[in-house]
Amino acid sequence: MTTIDLGTPGLRSGTELIPTFQGEGAQTAKEYTSDQEVRWCPGCGDYAVLKAVQSFLPTLGLRRENIVFVSGIGCSSRFPYYLDTYGMHSIHGRAPSIATGIATAREDLSVWVVTGDGDALSIGGNHLIHALRRNINMTILLFNNRIYGLTKGQYSPTSEAGKITKSTPMGSLDHPFNPVSLALGAEGSFVARTIDSDRKHLTSVLQAAAAHRGTSLVEIYQNCPIFNDGAFDAIKDADTKQDAIIPLVHGEAIRFGTPDESGLGTKGLIRTATGSVEVADVAEAGADNILVHDAHNPDPSTAFAISRLTDSGYLNQSPIGIFRQVERPTYDDQARAQVNTARDNVTGTDAERLTALIHGGDTWSV
Amino acid sequence: MTKQVKQLDRVIIRFAGDSGDGMQLTGDRFTQESAVFGNDLVTLPNFPAEIRAPQGTIPGVSSFQVHFADHDILTAGDAPDVLVAMNPAALKANVGDLPKGATIIVDTHDFTKRNLDKAGYDVNPLDLLGDSNDMLGDFNVQPVDLTGMTVEAVKEFGLTRKDAARAKNMFALGLLSWMYGRPTEGTEKFLSKKFAKNEPVRDANLTAFKTGWNYGETTEAFAVQYEIKPAALPSGTYRNITGNLALSYGLIAAGVRSGLPVFLGSYPITPASDILHELSKHKAFGVTTLQAEDEIAGVGAAIGASFAGHLGVTTTSGPGIALKGEAIGLAIMTELPLVVVNVQRGGPSTGLPTKTEQADLLQAMFGRNGEAPMPIVAPQSPGDCYTAAVEAARIAVTYRTPVMLLSDGYLANGSEPWRIPAFDELPEIDPAFATEPNHELTDADGTVTGTDFWPYLRNEETLARPWAIPGTAGLEHRIGGLEKGEGHGNISYDPANHDLMVRTRQAKVDRIAESLPPLEVDDPSGRAKVLVIGWGSTYGPIGAGCRRVRKAGYDVAQVHLRHLNPFPRDLGDILKRYDKVLVPEMNLGQLSTLLRAKYLVDAAGYNMVRGLPLKAAELADAIGALVAAAEGIEVNLHPAGTDMEAIS
Repeated sequence: MTTIDLGTPGLRSGTELIPTFQGEGAQTAKEYTSDQEVRWCPGCGDYAVLKAVQSFLPTLGLRRENIVFVSGIGCSSRFPYYLDTYGMHSIHGRAPSIATGIATAREDLSVWVVTGDGDALSIGGNHLIHALRRNINMTILLFNNRIYGLTKGQYSPTSEAGKITKSTPMGSLDHPFNPVSLALGAEGSFVARTIDSDRKHLTSVLQAAAAHRGTSLVEIYQNCPIFNDGAFDAIKDADTKQDAIIPLVHGEAIRFGTPDESGLGTKGLIRTATGSVEVADVAEAGADNILVHDAHNPDPSTAFAISRLTDSGYLNQSPIGIFRQVERPTYDDQARAQVNTARDNVTGTDAERLTALIHGGDTWSV
Repeated sequence: MTKQVKQLDRVIIRFAGDSGDGMQLTGDRFTQESAVFGNDLVTLPNFPAEIRAPQGTIPGVSSFQVHFADHDILTAGDAPDVLVAMNPAALKANVGDLPKGATIIVDTHDFTKRNLDKAGYDVNPLDLLGDSNDMLGDFNVQPVDLTGMTVEAVKEFGLTRKDAARAKNMFALGLLSWMYGRPTEGTEKFLSKKFAKNEPVRDANLTAFKTGWNYGETTEAFAVQYEIKPAALPSGTYRNITGNLALSYGLIAAGVRSGLPVFLGSYPITPASDILHELSKHKAFGVTTLQAEDEIAGVGAAIGASFAGHLGVTTTSGPGIALKGEAIGLAIMTELPLVVVNVQRGGPSTGLPTKTEQADLLQAMFGRNGEAPMPIVAPQSPGDCYTAAVEAARIAVTYRTPVMLLSDGYLANGSEPWRIPAFDELPEIDPAFATEPNHELTDADGTVTGTDFWPYLRNEETLARPWAIPGTAGLEHRIGGLEKGEGHGNISYDPANHDLMVRTRQAKVDRIAESLPPLEVDDPSGRAKVLVIGWGSTYGPIGAGCRRVRKAGYDVAQVHLRHLNPFPRDLGDILKRYDKVLVPEMNLGQLSTLLRAKYLVDAAGYNMVRGLPLKAAELADAIGALVAAAEGIEVNLHPAGTDMEAIS
């Protein structure tokens, strides 16, 4: 087998080639809101994310008609109905494959996938990892509430082991996925985690994700008040969150916990001799030894090590922020480039070339 | 020496050898030579699912049958006149299909104790030739050391013995080409190109081919050369083509005709993969091919591309359709154009990957949850795959619906001379994208206050919904798998609306029948009481079976369906005109089930599921028996002086 050097295209934004808004004044969240009544349960974290997205989309400066939201099945997958863009509410787990077709077919569209922990990690796990490895230019919003909502309360692939649910009266036997670790292992070029209730952080991550050319995976911790209420209390509660959230900011030392006199956290991440990362007391470890977050590191090993600090049981600790953000050629850009290259080298109309094509090989006349 | 030249009107040759012996290539080259010569022909490749089954064994035998004639023929023939057997297993696996008097050309080189054992021969049948216990006494056996002579002839090129021996198939091709007076330039050009980068191999193959020809001309063993004149086919420019290639070209043609870029999402599967391979070569037509991570992703990407305004296509075989079922239902619900190609193979489950069958008709009809009507189109011959693919795309685009194109393994790999159609013969395929709002907003007084876009407001004639693609300002809308309200398309759980939408989706598919031409019934005498009706690749054997019955002096009518859903509007009346209806199929009666259910006709089945095309002779017997019953007469299909075998 032979391989061909496909070359490295120049760095481009995730929204390059998409027509921009040229109208008078600024677009508003209202213009991005459809006329459909929102039907999530009262208190659902999805409301907060929807509001944040409706407010954020106008700031992209794109035209509404060039934005497409695709979802699978589950509570969060109703999302596209509430946005006045193009949208498809598809079938369980398959949204990344449908979005792959859209994004590959058209360079002028901003493509978004809305999915949940069941949709993306159970039934659709295969499509998720292959979208990430191909690096299709789209943003995947993975709403993780660590439970099945729409089917009424069974455990999900991110539920903690031992969880008592309707389908596991003696406790779940499944070991959970860590979505960030999974995405990093699947060659994800942009992997982030944020929280439904932190609108500012959520919006900043969405901005970075949209600007990234390639598949951006954004895990959003999202509370389900009906079937898994309080799953993220430790990282939301004002009293506990400074010890629970490990904040990841590119170029900054990773410090958290009660602030010292300089205002920085007294806890920090350090490397261990085995290559893993662990939490240490800054005073003991020394401030200079605290890991400085590098989301642009081509090697995903440290990002993966940081992702392992997420509790797999009840969530008392979790890194939040952009774990990884690296440039890599996208499948859709390259697929279109191959078609364009092939079309550049031809003469005649398509009809003439079709006639020539089907007359290829040995012909004879009767 | 002077050779005798004998005229024949038709010959069936089967090349058989080990999977690694290059029999498919040999058969294909012989076919191309015959096509260029101007014979009518039909081919039947037959190979194991394993890439290299254990060498020398019966499961590892690969064969290629070609039937060529000086007149119009319909099938690859029931029984070969000539068998070329490259080893004992090839002889053993195929000798049972030969009629008395057939010629067997056998490569003696591989008839070693070891290979005889592997094939299950206790004694070497070649040692018994002419003896009282000659196992091959019914045949004209020509033992030739093909391998030995090939190795000797290509000595000068310095190949290893193993590599030198690999050119033996070209020696055999040369010999057969001489026997039947085939033109050789095409094969010489082909070999020069195929092995352009490896001169010794190229020269060895060319030399083996020429030596085979010369051997035929000079040896006394082959005293007769045969001549099969070109066939008188309708005028036009012809080429030889396989079904998968014709189908690929048809998809490209549909893209060119409609102005839509073709987008193929596919996962490799036998016997459909060649369509993916072929389309991947034609990016210059704007064709995008995506080899997906699985069957579901293949159809998912195609649906996404259709939503985005491309001609979405997915190609697979039966097991893949089983996986794609839910996504096809989504395309039915969202009413997006999509061409779904099923190159059927033997089932169920993994079944017979390399063999043909047509047992996925009911899967195409009903293999989804809910009331999910889907148009079905089937090609009837390899070349017809081109036209059928274009027709599938026409229906998909015009009616905003997924369409199932049901090819099969026999059509996919079989070939025939194809009259190349002109571009102008393609039907119109108009995407007619929506560009404007289609609905007026009114206030309580009925005053128009503005306009908006309703994605399910239908075309009155076709019942098709508008296709508004992303990027079109003002037509932003959401579609999905949930039931939608008629017209506006928003989610609706209203009972009456669901009933209406279920009926409307069905009515839209039924409406396609209005765009179909009347069926062509072949009833030469107009007196037939028996109608034979089929679909797909059984067209050839059914036609040959009917010709045999007519040749023997009886009446029978034939009609063949391209459209399986909806049925053409005149089908019911046609069925009622005949006393008996026979439905030959390579399944246990799937079309006959549909015909009986829809038209309350007492259709009789003729069903064989052997992984091979139906045999014309057996089918003629079944038709004859029905003619006898319908007309109350005795039927003799072998009247004196009629060579029935010549009709196939």
